[in-house]
Order: sequence, then C-alpha cells, then structure tokens
Amino acid sequence: MTATTEINNIISEENLVYKKTSVLLDNEMHYCPGCTHGVIHKVIAEVIEEMDIQDKTIGVSPVGCSVLAYNYLDIDWQQAAHGRAPALATATARLMPDKYVFTYQGDGDLASIGCAEIIHACNRGENIVVVFVNNAIYGMTGGQMAPTTLDGQVTATSPYGRDCGSTGAPMKISEMVSLLPGTRFVTRQSAETAGAVRKLKKAIRKGFENTREKKGLSFIEIVGTCSSGWKLSPTQSNEWMKENMFPYYPLGTLKDE
Amino acid sequence: MGDVRLMKGNEVIAEAAIRCGCDGYFGYPITPQSEIMETLMIRRPEEETGMVVLQAESEVAAINMVYGGASCGKKVMTSSSSPGISLKAEGITYLAGAELPALIVNIVRGGPGLGTIQPAQSDYFQAVKGGGHGDYKLIVLAPASVQEMNDFVDLGFELSFKYLNPAMILSDGVIGQMMEKVELADYKPRWTDEEIEKISGSWATNGKKAGSERNISTSLDLDSAKQEVFNHKLQAKYRAMEENDVRYEKFECDDAEYLFVAYGSSARICQKSVELAREKGIKVGLLRPITLFPYPTKQIQEMLGQVKGILSVEMSAGQMVEDVRLAVNGKVPVEHFGRYGGIIPTPEEVVEALEEKILGK
Amino acid sequence: MTEEIIIAGFGGQGVLSMGKILAYSGIMQDQEVSWMPSYGPEMRGGTANVTVILSDDRISSPVLKKFDTAIILNQQSMDKFESDIKPGGTLLYDPNGITRHPERDDINIYKIPGAALAAEMGNPKTFNMIILGGFLNVKPIVKIENVKKGLEKSLPERHHKLIPLNIEAIQKGIDSVETVVAL
Ligand SMILES: Cc1ncc(C[n+]2csc(CCOP(=O)(O)OP(=O)(O)O)c2C)c(N)n1
Ligand code: SF4
Ligand SMILES: [Mg+2]
Repeated sequence: MTATTEINNIISEENLVYKKTSVLLDNEMHYCPGCTHGVIHKVIAEVIEEMDIQDKTIGVSPVGCSVLAYNYLDIDWQQAAHGRAPALATATARLMPDKYVFTYQGDGDLASIGCAEIIHACNRGENIVVVFVNNAIYGMTGGQMAPTTLDGQVTATSPYGRDCGSTGAPMKISEMVSLLPGTRFVTRQSAETAGAVRKLKKAIRKGFENTREKKGLSFIEIVGTCSSGWKLSPTQSNEWMKENMFPYYPLGTLKDE
Repeated sequence: MGDVRLMKGNEVIAEAAIRCGCDGYFGYPITPQSEIMETLMIRRPEEETGMVVLQAESEVAAINMVYGGASCGKKVMTSSSSPGISLKAEGITYLAGAELPALIVNIVRGGPGLGTIQPAQSDYFQAVKGGGHGDYKLIVLAPASVQEMNDFVDLGFELSFKYLNPAMILSDGVIGQMMEKVELADYKPRWTDEEIEKISGSWATNGKKAGSERNISTSLDLDSAKQEVFNHKLQAKYRAMEENDVRYEKFECDDAEYLFVAYGSSARICQKSVELAREKGIKVGLLRPITLFPYPTKQIQEMLGQVKGILSVEMSAGQMVEDVRLAVNGKVPVEHFGRYGGIIPTPEEVVEALEEKILGK
Repeated sequence: MTEEIIIAGFGGQGVLSMGKILAYSGIMQDQEVSWMPSYGPEMRGGTANVTVILSDDRISSPVLKKFDTAIILNQQSMDKFESDIKPGGTLLYDPNGITRHPERDDINIYKIPGAALAAEMGNPKTFNMIILGGFLNVKPIVKIENVKKGLEKSLPERHHKLIPLNIEAIQKGIDSVETVVAL
C-alpha cells in the first residue's frame, strides 16, 4: 500500500470529525499568525451555516485589519468608513427588518472614531449584532494606542507606556453599553482556547437569535491578541492577554434580557 | 390640475420624498433646513408608505445610514446645510466610490465656519468640484423655484439610479424658506423586493441569493492597477453625464448682447435684473444652469458669437465664475458679481454691476 | 398684473400669516405667487417681514428692493421700507406706535387703525385680518370669496370655525381706511 492510497482510505465520510463551513471562503487570510480575527470569522461563519441564514445575513466590515472580512465570509457585505459601521447597519436593519445584520469592528474603529455611532445605535436598540474585537491596539496602522490600550502599555504612539493621567483610562465599552436600555445582550468573550471558542460561538449564536426574535442589540466583545502590534509571539501574546487584559476586561456576560 | 398647494421649499422636499416612493430619510437638524425632517416627522410616512424616517446622532451618522440603505438598493436620502455637509463629505465620497445611488439635499448658508444662517451659494466648489477626497463627481441639481424643489427630488433619484452615483440638490435658504405655488407629484409606490431585485439585483447587499454571486458594497481596492481601471470607469460615467444629462434654461437670450449666468435663487434675481436692464435698453439675457454638474459648458459657448460680455452672478465670492471662464476661454470678458455671507443681492444691484463691470468696458 | 408687496412689523403681529393668506388667495384665482420671509434670530421678538408677490405671469425675483405696496406696522419698518416704495406706489400703515409719520409725496399713503379696531372687536388676533382688509380696499387685487377659499385651504380644519370672524375683520378693515395722500 502506498502512502497516498493509505491517506485516501482515511478520507472518507465515516472518519469525518470536522468540516470547514462553506460560508467560510477558501481565500487565503491576510491576518498575522496567531491573530484572533481569523478565529472569530470562522465562528461567525459556522453560526450562519448552522442557523441557515446565509441568504439573509448582511455583514458590515470596519476600517481596521478586518476591513477585508468580506473576502472571507460568503455573504453580502457592506464596507463602512472608519467607525461608521453601526450607522450602515442601522439603516440596513430598519429598511430590511427580516434580515440578520451584524457589524464587525475593532477597538479603534468602535471605541475611538466611531464612539458616537456605536453608543447611539446601542441606545436606540437597533436590531443588530455587534462583534467588537478588542485587541487594545490599532493593528492595521502599525500598533498605535487605542482607547482600550492598558495603563502603561507600550505602543507606537505611547512609546514610554500609556500615561492614563494624560490620555485617559482604558475604556470598558461593554460596561458602558450595558447601561443603555437599548442593549439586550452584552457579553465579553475570548478565543484563545477550544473551550473559549465554544463559549464564543454560543454567544454569537445567541446574538443572531436575538435578531430573529427582534429583541434589539446584542453586543459581543471579544478580547483578542495582536501579536504584531504587541511585538510578541502568538504564544507570548496569549500569555500577556491572560495576565494583563483579562483582569481589566473580565470575561463573562454583563447583561442578558 | 393636480394637488396645488402653497408650500415652503423645505416642506416640499419632504412631501416629494414621500410621494416619489423614497424608502428612507436620515438627518440631523440644522437651520435653514430643519423643516425637511420636521415635516417628515409630522407626516408619519412610516404609517402611510412604510418610509423610514430617523433622526441620526450626527450628520456623519446620517450619511452613513444613507450608505447602508443605498447598499440595500433602497431609495434613501439625507439633507443638511453647509456645516453639516462638510461632515457628510466623508460619506459622500464613499458613496461615489462604492457607486451607490442616493439623494443629498444641501440648503446652503453663508460660511465659512459656523457662518450665518442666511442664504448663500458659497458651497458651489464643495458640491461641484469635490468636497470629499478622490476623483469623484456628484450629479448636482440647482432648483430655482419651489416647484423645482418638488420635481428634483424624483429627478435626483432617477439620475442617481441611472448612473449609480449620488446626486445633490444644491439650494439655499431663499428657495428653502420661501413659499410658492407648487403642483405636487402623484404618489408612486415604493419599490417592492422584486422590483429592487430587477433594478439593483446585481449589486444590492440584501442577502446572497442561493446559486448567485454575493454582492459587496465597497470603495476599497488595494490593487492600484485595478483602482485605476475603476477610476477610468468612473470618468467614463461622468463623460456620459456631460453628454446626455446637461440641463439649463435660457431667458430672453434670442437678441441678447450681454449675458447673465446664474443658478438657483441668483437666477431668479437675475430674471428681474433682465427686466430692469431691458427697460433701460440694455439687451441682456440669462442662462441658468440647472445641472451644475454636468455643467452647460457647450451652451455657454454657443452664446459666444452673439454676446459681448458675461456677468456671472452668485451669492459667493466667485466660484461658478471659474466654470464660465473655462467655457469662454478668454473669447469675451467674463466678470463676477456676488454678495455673500448671507446677503442677498437686489435685482437693481445686479444691473448696476452689469453696467459697471461689463458695459463700462 | 403683478403686485409686489412688503409686509413688515413685529413678530407676533401676524405679518407672516397675513402674507400667507394673501398668497393663498392669489392661488385661488389662478395666479402665480411667492412668499419670502425674513427668517432667523431676528424673527424672535424683533421685526418680521415678508415679501409677497402675486402675478398673472411667472414671477422673477422673490427677493426685491422696490415694492408696489408696503404695509407697515411698526416704526422700525417705517424707517427701513418707506424709501423702498416705487414712485406712484402705495404705503398703508397703522399709526399705532408710529412716532415719525411717512414723509414722501410721490406715493399714495393710507392709514388704518388696526390695533384700535382689533381692541374694539375684543380680539387682538383679528389685527392682521383688519390690516389685510385695509389693503384690499386700497388694492382690490384679490376677491373676498378667494380670500375665504384661501383661508379654508391654509387653516387646519379645526380652525375653520374662525373663518367668519376673520371675514368680519377683513370687512371692518375695508371700511376703515383713511386716505392721507392720494396722487
Ligand atoms: C478617517 C480615517 N482615519 C484614520 C484611518 C486610518 N486607520 C485605519 S485602521 C485604523 C485603526 C484600526 O484599529 P482597530 O479598529 O483597533 O482595528 P484592528 O486593526 O486593531 O483590528 C486607523 C486609524 C482611516 N482609514 N480613516
Ligand atoms: S496587525 Fe494585529 S490585528 Fe492586524 S492582523 Fe496582525 S495580529 Fe491581527
Ligand atoms: Mg484593535
């Protein structure tokens, strides 16, 4: 028996333990090794497939490393200007109330330039899902300080460590939006282990189910890594995240109504 | 005769939007155009036609809601006045870059900065030459009456869907705040999902159909070679607009020896100036560009065998006059007369300016 | 026929709505009309004015410097607009609160005690209709029946019961004009 025939024998329906969802396209991802964006994309794609809503889902991509998210998920997409995704999603959801609309935004996009848009979309309780990827940095532009950057964290624009005295404290956006009556489900998740990914998937599924039930806005924050921006290896990044990010941004559900 | 009313230009914009089957309006209050959203809120079109009306948290949000709605193949619009349009500039260039149809109304006030709330035409450059970044053009319609405020809402949508390009109604507080007799359009139903599929199915992001390509609404292409090809396509579209959709009106031009060029409220003032000047024996006519882009360049050139001088009249320090000069290319004297900062010129002043700047030469 | 009118007084005197009713009356007799108000902060408590044009032809400029008729209801407006009336034109004013009366001798000047008559009618809100009546005496450019139709069209249904009072006030105005200078 040659090696190839041996492999071919293994590839058979009854031996299948995992199949990549077809909602996730085969395009090669541009993300750095270890980047959390890729995992999150896969989770969203799986939820879309499992809920059978591929033909009814519209994604709104941000400006940030995930600007090209539309290359990876086989659904209709709108590409927003920096920070404005919640405004696009607002109109899209209101004009097509039977559709599933989600924004996918980084922390610079959502918590800095797009702060007004997200707060007001939350406050109005738009019937959308917000996927908020908090990696405590501006990944795309080369690792500058974000509103979520931790106290003392070194970035390209806080080379001596973030000075909260002059730049303000890292913003806890999930806590902020959970205070608004318009949000129905606010949770903070991560994606660094298989267990975390399973929990994340549950949360994203809940978000889309809320959309189906017209419950209002579901806000899902994911604490993630940016190894390029943080200048650490993927493994070191996960360690750094657990040590520094999780204490300040505790995981768990803040609101579920 | 249809439904004839006495209405303000701003109110008519709202009424025309409902009647032409607009799907959504997103705005933020600013004088002198707040009546547009106020009228919509009073009219409750949600109940009548299903049109969505939403007060956004800012002009930035409003124009991006328009981007979202337009991406769905819906007829959506926003309105504002000068400072708000500056904020919308980002969204406007994204609309142009993503080739999305939408209607933007600018009821111009005097600037720069917070300026004044009185009428002005000092945003011509912003509307016609850019405003936002990149090589893009808006279709710009300049109504000169309340009736045209009504008519141009439907026309603006028609042209913006024809070319897949945002269109702007560029007006000011004179036309916006003034009441005139207006014959309202008949109601057109909003497009059904099937109609949207037929009209915009090839690009609208309203859910990927099984078996067909997904749609992506974006203005991004990181590959410069492709971006250049795309820009060629945009330019070809703008040339087609110049070929097919220039609109203008001539007034007393047959025997004219001199010419006013003016748009919008200035054109109304100049009509009176034509009357006053002709009483004095000065044979002057008026050419009124209705589309500011595409501009009636050829039509101005056609007058050159006949007229000895041109006065461009606008409520600005001299913006449109540059396009008149480009058309004329030095063949006859072209001068500018304007009042600005919110001051409206009187018809008498315009005649004096003609005598001084053109006849005096 | 083209009649170019400025109506000017204090905010709250019903200047704008008087102009609107006049314009609506013009529409009722198939004329072209325009109504161009001054707007903005100056309206709040200060002076208010509106240019109303009625014409059988297409109207050119809605913004004017010279008027066929000026209807003047306070001193500031007298100071501002007396000189803007075309020679041979008409000035109609309420002498209430006027300290400097018009001085021109090349126009027709009429007085109407609008404020006094409104007090007499026991309803200060009739003031602007009394003034409108005065104008229609001097320049009968719209028929009373068209004013009535204009009122019906411009007032919301729930205010239609006020139309007879308005017509009465207009009639009172028509009967109460005093000629100061007639050319
Ligand atoms: C108006 C505007 N300002 C600035 C930029 C540049 N810019 C692109 S992405 C970005 C920050 C992205 O950071 P984040 O949202 O955290 O996303 P990440 O890349 O970290 O996923 C900035 C400032 C832009 N594209 N548009
Ligand atoms: S720069 Fe950071 S956020 Fe961007 S792809 Fe790389 S790791 Fe991910
Ligand atoms: Mg980031």
